[in-house]
Amino acid sequence: MTAQDVKQQGVGASLLRKEDDRLLRGRGQFVADIRLAGMKDVAFVRSPLAHARVNGVHVPDALRERVVIAEDLKDVKPIRAVSGLAGFKPSDQPILAFEKVRQVGELLAMCVADTRAEAEDMIEAVDLDLEELPAVHDMLAARKPGSALLHEEWGDNVFLETFVDINFEAALDAPIKVTREISTARQSMAPMEGRGTVAVWDKRMEQLVLYTGSQMPHIVRTGLAECLGLGQHQVRIVSPDVGGGFGYKGILLPEDICLGWYAMRCGHPVRWIEDRREHLTAGANCREHHYIITGYADRDGKLLGVDCEATVDSGAYSSYPFSACLEAAQVASILPGPYDFPSYRCRTWSVATNKCPILPYRGVARTGVCYAIELVMDAIARETGLEPHEVRLKNLVGPEQMPFDNITKKHFDSGDYPEALRRAMAAIDLPALRARQNEGEPDGRLIGIGQAIYCEQGAHGTSVYAGWGIPMVPGHEQATARMTPDGGLELRVGVHSHGQSMETTLPQIAHEILGIDVSRIKLVHGDTEYTPYSTGSWGSRCAVMAGGAVATASREIAKLAKGIGAHLLQAKPDQVELVDGRVVGPSGSVSLQEIAHTWYRLPQNLPDGVDPRGLEATIGHKPVRDSGTFSYAAHVAVVAVDPEMGDIEILDYVIVEDGGKLINPMVVDGQIYGGLAQGIGTALYEEMNFDASGQPLASTFADYLLPGPTEVPAPRLDHMETLAPYTEFGVKGIGEGGAIAPPAAIGNAVNDALKGLGVELTQTPMTPRRVLEAIGKAASGKAGASADMTAQGELA
Amino acid sequence: MKPVNFDYARPKDVAGVLPLIADDSRTVKIMAGGQSLGPMLNMRLVQPDLVVDITGIEELRQVVETPDAIVMGGCITHADIEDRRVPDMTRGALPAVAGGIAYRAVRNRGTIGGSITHADPSADWISILSALGATVTLRGPGGSRSVAVEDYMLGALEADLRPGEMLVSVSVPKLSVSARWGYYKSCRKTGEFAHAIGAFLVDPERGVSRAVFGATESRPIVIADARQLLGEGTATEPGRDFDSRLAGELVEAGGMSDPIDRQTHVVALRRAIQQAGSA
Repeated sequence: MTAQDVKQQGVGASLLRKEDDRLLRGRGQFVADIRLAGMKDVAFVRSPLAHARVNGVHVPDALRERVVIAEDLKDVKPIRAVSGLAGFKPSDQPILAFEKVRQVGELLAMCVADTRAEAEDMIEAVDLDLEELPAVHDMLAARKPGSALLHEEWGDNVFLETFVDINFEAALDAPIKVTREISTARQSMAPMEGRGTVAVWDKRMEQLVLYTGSQMPHIVRTGLAECLGLGQHQVRIVSPDVGGGFGYKGILLPEDICLGWYAMRCGHPVRWIEDRREHLTAGANCREHHYIITGYADRDGKLLGVDCEATVDSGAYSSYPFSACLEAAQVASILPGPYDFPSYRCRTWSVATNKCPILPYRGVARTGVCYAIELVMDAIARETGLEPHEVRLKNLVGPEQMPFDNITKKHFDSGDYPEALRRAMAAIDLPALRARQNEGEPDGRLIGIGQAIYCEQGAHGTSVYAGWGIPMVPGHEQATARMTPDGGLELRVGVHSHGQSMETTLPQIAHEILGIDVSRIKLVHGDTEYTPYSTGSWGSRCAVMAGGAVATASREIAKLAKGIGAHLLQAKPDQVELVDGRVVGPSGSVSLQEIAHTWYRLPQNLPDGVDPRGLEATIGHKPVRDSGTFSYAAHVAVVAVDPEMGDIEILDYVIVEDGGKLINPMVVDGQIYGGLAQGIGTALYEEMNFDASGQPLASTFADYLLPGPTEVPAPRLDHMETLAPYTEFGVKGIGEGGAIAPPAAIGNAVNDALKGLGVELTQTPMTPRRVLEAIGKAASGKAGASADMTAQGELA
Repeated sequence: MKPVNFDYARPKDVAGVLPLIADDSRTVKIMAGGQSLGPMLNMRLVQPDLVVDITGIEELRQVVETPDAIVMGGCITHADIEDRRVPDMTRGALPAVAGGIAYRAVRNRGTIGGSITHADPSADWISILSALGATVTLRGPGGSRSVAVEDYMLGALEADLRPGEMLVSVSVPKLSVSARWGYYKSCRKTGEFAHAIGAFLVDPERGVSRAVFGATESRPIVIADARQLLGEGTATEPGRDFDSRLAGELVEAGGMSDPIDRQTHVVALRRAIQQAGSA
């Protein structure tokens, strides 16, 4: 391998993914692939009702040994995820429900059998005595007095209410005020692989071992040990290949605790593999936001203020570790988006309902927030008669203002937001599209152009999370680097990849510093036994935090290797350099391989004073400032809407993003493609509905629609590169960004297409039915007639 | 999502099936392609004592051509039709519709007889076969009988099967050279079940003009004489004079109360007719 080839493996190289060799050949190892001798399968008895008193769970005597019920778990603590924010009301999520169930799918008993099918047979033999209570299914009604209560001791259904007012009064005189009611549907996260756990008690290690696909193995260990009353040294979490997480696999589940408790007593491994019905109806809920938002502007489109009441349906319990209020409370801090304006007021509610707990999903609060503020920006544009991008350009924080502390004290680290928008708009030829729009399509469809721009705080650290006061606050991110006797390198990190390609990208960083060929650098992650403590993979933080830690640890290895190399070269340490994997001194050079060989296998050749740390370093890393990186992107969508059928087709999609220095540009593109697919799901397809009794209405992928290959267009991507000022290499977190802007960009495009009909959609997903209902409503409003579709167009 | 324990039989001929399904002491389900029954078993929506797999029966895989029809065994797959392993006598209608059913993996196993008997209103065969005037042949303890496809479906997930009866074949009339057809379905995504279907056939030589509103709540709404929808001069250019108001009244009379459903079904039929016109 030439020096040139080696360079092409470092930071900035689009190296093919190491993990693809096994994943694309079907050779990955996921939880469901694990087979342990004597392993038995588990199926859970789940509540069929959303809200009910539990009067009894009756198990036939013959099955009692193999069924776990709540009274067995008296010594197990419930899951409790508190927040330090003032006024937060904590909830206790029982491992197995007793007294009350508060959501469909809540666990009531665990059945153990040789096979899952037999365990499901046992479910039918367990008799439930439930007394149904009125279900709380509408978060807005749940806030009002007189609503049924989930947690009676609270006196209401509000986990947390927050309020911020920054010079709001000043905006009230603005000549333009646009108010919109905007909402995003509840969604299910739907990674390809659901949750799953194999639990076994290791007698030799006196340790409970859980194999579970987890983004956050160390956090799960901490939470699990606390619930089960174990020392954390008695718990080991192994997270093998993970088939997508998106937030769901960071959560501590009652299922895991139940399995762990049983495995400690039964003498054999037990396994639970979540099926898709469990996933959709009982687990992975996210995204349900409601906004009443007003934008205040002058007639030139300059934003003067924003006022908002935001409500988030947090579901029945505060989930561990992120809590029930992270979503809503973040809304208040990030709603201002990438804009600079002087007046702001926002009130938020995190409301408890009889649904699954809301969990942080790729983009967390950002997708809803971007949808809300960006719809308002377009509404202001329509009100002023300006092009939407012109309004945005008047209000975006400019490059000359960077770094910029915005109205909620978010510290935008760097970037040129207006340029991203200008480039994205330049890519679509707006004048030509406007002309085409005016002419009309031959097939009767209506085309529209929409845009959205956001900035995404990622990799935010201690200073941000200490304020939230949740069970998890990230500190220094640690990595271990250690050379092997043959000159290879092992990296150990506490984050875990659920699709991020870290087996490829983190070695690229080590290679950049040490020059060791990436094929000889092995990433060890996903096992609490072998890796340093970490809060794990969330918040678009791995490249910045674990990448920074790997860089720091690799530099330490470089220093140690130079010490040994200098001795071997009979030079002083300050006379040598590390160049392309060799320590070079005044009189010659020595390879890292020879240095490792000497340290491990020929220690007799080393002086007494050699640094005893050898070639191994564990070291922590924080960016210079840990208030987060702010990657950003402008998305522009061109759509065609069929006003007769309500169908929406995406004709063109442009993304211009700035992730700072990209460690592996191909991997970044992949992140953006995947996020875009999920964003299109939010915009057009995905919706987890509940009826008035709190029953989830989608239990299969026939009812819960995900976009497929034919629904996701190939976007046109362009990258800007403004280095982050506080991170290693200038890297910014970009993992979630693709999923943030699509509902806003597509929503604005649809509204642009339908503006001639006086139609504006403000609710996701924009289904054909919602499009037709809105058209019908606008038409009947004009005609002063009923909403009956026969009143318009086709049937007239 | 695992099925209950059930017995499994795979008879070699129809005569071997009939006694199994006549046994009313236990719940018996016939499996043709299994593309709907499989998930229903896994979700325990059906909990049979016995599943009778009929895909090993040669007779049900045969295709017979008669002077005026093509007769397909019930276990002919969607892919058999899509790939034209079944000779097409419908001027491309059946292969085109087959190619739009769900996904290829479903089409490889799903069967025409299974689909019609499952009687999902959103499925494709029930609508296009109703438009083409196809019939099904059923065999049971009392012998054989034939029923028009639209009558075979009694309602959502309900077929006109008497005790001990099974579907053995589907007979599709051959179309004249001058016949034209159109088929339009509205799905939210590729492979999804339809929310509205319009199907249309005009075959002047045989004096046929049929229209179907499919993907309703129940049976397809069949307009046996579609000329009323087309106005004057429609033989040369169907679709130009489509009477949307009358179409709306027809679907409403067919039981469709939701105005948006009515609109999408009327538009689907109009587009199907336009497609026939432009063919």
